[in-house]
Amino acid sequence: MLAFVITTVLCFITYLLLTTGSGTLGLWSLEEILVGAILSLIVGSLARTIFVKDNFRMLNPVRWIIFIAYVIGPFFVAMAKANVDVAYRVITGKINPGIVKISPDLKTDFGITMLANSITLTPGTLSVDVDEDKNDLYVHWINVKKKALEKKPVNYRYVCGKFPNWIRRIAE
Amino acid sequence: MIFNLIIYILLAIGVFFNLLAGVGLLRFPDVYTRLHAGTKCTTFGSIFICGSVILIGLRMWYTGSTDGSVLAIHTIFALVAILLTNPTGAHAIARAAHRSGVAPVRAVVDDLQNNTLKKEEEK
Repeated sequence: MLAFVITTVLCFITYLLLTTGSGTLGLWSLEEILVGAILSLIVGSLARTIFVKDNFRMLNPVRWIIFIAYVIGPFFVAMAKANVDVAYRVITGKINPGIVKISPDLKTDFGITMLANSITLTPGTLSVDVDEDKNDLYVHWINVKKKALEKKPVNYRYVCGKFPNWIRRIAE
Repeated sequence: MIFNLIIYILLAIGVFFNLLAGVGLLRFPDVYTRLHAGTKCTTFGSIFICGSVILIGLRMWYTGSTDGSVLAIHTIFALVAILLTNPTGAHAIARAAHRSGVAPVRAVVDDLQNNTLKKEEEK
């Protein structure tokens, strides 16, 4: 039941945001609100088992605040660095690539998805494959450091810094 | 005046990074390194281009046109979609490339190589 309510409400909010400026009732017209409500009820009843898997831990607003802080703080800074880094490599052509395995030790699917996306967008790394049993990631690294290769699997601090700690706070 | 200048600067940064992605695609040697250029730079550039469009939309909204709200909010949605799908698509391409046997050029280390071979032997 709670899954149904969450899915419906999120659908309705998204519909309202996409139809702003359509009328005089606030920002919306009455027709849009009615159609949006009916459609979100249908979507909520169909998609509730897909959208909410097994737990409700993402309902906690603290996790959302940490998530937003993560995106505009360390994530954005890392992305800016990544682009300067790629610019440097595009111009000089200096690369030293390789595929390394890291064990970030995250348990949930949501967390590993977020980490894989973060890794792809941050300096010099691109996630290639995932080991679904152990949640290990295989990462293509454009500038492999010799120091990191001494121990296997490679310590994730060399590849993605403190991201796993942030994501553990958000998703687990 | 200053507002327009901010919009132009944001657009210029965005176009610069998207251009860089194009140059990277031409200069890098293999599929993985090209994906590096093709995902990071396009996403970062698109953030700035979307940012300038959002600013234009907010100004239109502020001066009384409801079209501005449509522009701003839809662009935010487009930005979120780019942020979610761009790395996912790159990941899918990289995985498909590795499964079909494209080895990274000039690779120092390839942990996935042995692992993929093992999986095929088991089958």
